[in-house]
Amino acid sequence: MSDPVLRLVNIKKRFGAHKVLRGIDFSIHEHEVVVMIGASGSGKSTLIRVIHLLERIDDGQIVLAGEDISDPRVNEDGARAKIGIVFQNFNLFPHKSVLENVSIANRIVHKLPKEEAERIGMELLTRIGIAEKANRYPDQLSGGQQQRVAIVRAIASNPQLLLLDEITSALDPQLVGEVLDLVQELKAAGSTILMATHEMDFARRVADRVVFLHEGRIAEEGPPERIFEDPRHPATKEFLSRLRIK
Amino acid sequence: MNIRDFGGNGDDVSQIELKRRGFRRRQTGKSLLISCVSLLVFAAAIYVIFSHSEGWARVQAAYFSPERFVEAIPKVGKGLLLNIKILCVSVVCVGITATLLAVARTTRSAVLFPLRLLATVYTNVFRGIPMIICLYLVGFGIPALGIFGRIPAEVLGCVAVSLIYSAYVAEVIRAGIEAVHPSQRMAARALGFSHARTMRIIILPQAVRKIIPALMNDFVAMQKDVGLVSVLGGVDAVRSAQILNAVNFNYTPYVVAGVFFILMSFPFILLIDRYAKRLQNREQLQGAV
Ligand SMILES: Nc1ncnc2c1ncn2[C@@H]1O[C@H](COP(=O)(O)OP(=O)(O)OP(=O)(O)O)[C@@H](O)[C@H]1O
Ligand SMILES: [Mg+2]
Repeated sequence: MSDPVLRLVNIKKRFGAHKVLRGIDFSIHEHEVVVMIGASGSGKSTLIRVIHLLERIDDGQIVLAGEDISDPRVNEDGARAKIGIVFQNFNLFPHKSVLENVSIANRIVHKLPKEEAERIGMELLTRIGIAEKANRYPDQLSGGQQQRVAIVRAIASNPQLLLLDEITSALDPQLVGEVLDLVQELKAAGSTILMATHEMDFARRVADRVVFLHEGRIAEEGPPERIFEDPRHPATKEFLSRLRIK
Repeated sequence: MNIRDFGGNGDDVSQIELKRRGFRRRQTGKSLLISCVSLLVFAAAIYVIFSHSEGWARVQAAYFSPERFVEAIPKVGKGLLLNIKILCVSVVCVGITATLLAVARTTRSAVLFPLRLLATVYTNVFRGIPMIICLYLVGFGIPALGIFGRIPAEVLGCVAVSLIYSAYVAEVIRAGIEAVHPSQRMAARALGFSHARTMRIIILPQAVRKIIPALMNDFVAMQKDVGLVSVLGGVDAVRSAQILNAVNFNYTPYVVAGVFFILMSFPFILLIDRYAKRLQNREQLQGAV
């Protein structure tokens, strides 16, 4: 098997006395979609932020395509540019048009000529069906459209890994579907994705592997059918049974 | 009756909506009429009060003499050109210095502490000094050093105005920078933007938009403070008026200068108001996040 896109080795992170991550070991391979589940406060967002170097780890190693990006000598901006990330809140740039939003990283960070960056941007906007809104501003889009633009903005420069942190939790139920459809499309197109979500049905449909986070550790991982039908760790059992009752 | 929607999309409009529109139109017409009438009444009242007061003739001769007014226009106008020149140069200097100061004050890294401290001290000192004192210090202090030879009054004026207003504007910009939601910084960093680029391309443009009304205020204040450079001896609008006043013992030239300063600020105020309104809704997105 080839090198994993991302390998986490014994990642530890604490906030003051609160140990949020207590040693995470984990790999994700090319074209793999891994869904991270776990109770609120179990550290899913923290792990995603840590991978994106938005938080500094206290111990361990983050290896992206063979390169240890937790090494302080590594150029953080360069490493970040290879990872796409989408947050719960869309974070589009309100003073830039939709097209500028999806082409700005390619132009500024990856130094593509304007025409090339905008061509790629238009292609992506066409794919998510809002090409005719390219010159609008983000506040003129619906929440679902904004989040889809945020996703294609993150993949516009072909990142090696896409991190998605509860990208649907700020959306109306009827908009969730269109965003999740886009994720499924990305999976079909071969993206490597690590996502945190509370949408269990979706996790089940799209995941190649499900990871259950509990008390700062990976309590259990495996294919979705196995995790959802036959959870083995007591914490997983409890988490899933509580969901069913609701 | 078959009246079409104003929007032009061809929808028929109900009778109720038509009535509402008619009512609103009449309402607008009525209030327009009322405000015109009240304005006229008000103006007439002021005129009557002033023109019947005892000293009116004297005041009119000293401040509002038509001949002196016309006579002063070319000279004061020529002086105003100097004010405008100083203003233009100062605006550029202030824009650059204030932005650098504001950015310096919002840095977080420990290495840049001296820079931060320097910027903080600077803004606090120069916001505290009255303009006129700064003008005297710069205008007579710097030439006294004798390093630069003779320096024209307008250059010294630019320096003094820029020193003071950089401090004010830096604080306004800093407030704007801090008002941009932190998630914007994070989103830019997430795309691989460096600190400097995040600041320049994402944060500052949004910050400036938020503070346009405050900046405009500072700009208008600066327009009139530029008139103070007359104390350094540059022949600007105020100084020209002063000279004319010394010749004729008539104050009308000062009124002319005042009118010029007001006129100078007017188009700018209108322009900025329109601009701010147009961009405002773009920022509403922030509120939803
Ligand atoms: N910047 C911070 N400072 C201090 N504590 C933090 C910080 N960020 C997160 N935490 C704490 O770390 C823990 C894990 O937070 P995290 O956001 O990773 O949880 P999560 O699994 O994403 O939860 P949710 O499902 O609710 O999003 C929480 O107890 C939280 O209070
Ligand atoms: Mg979270």
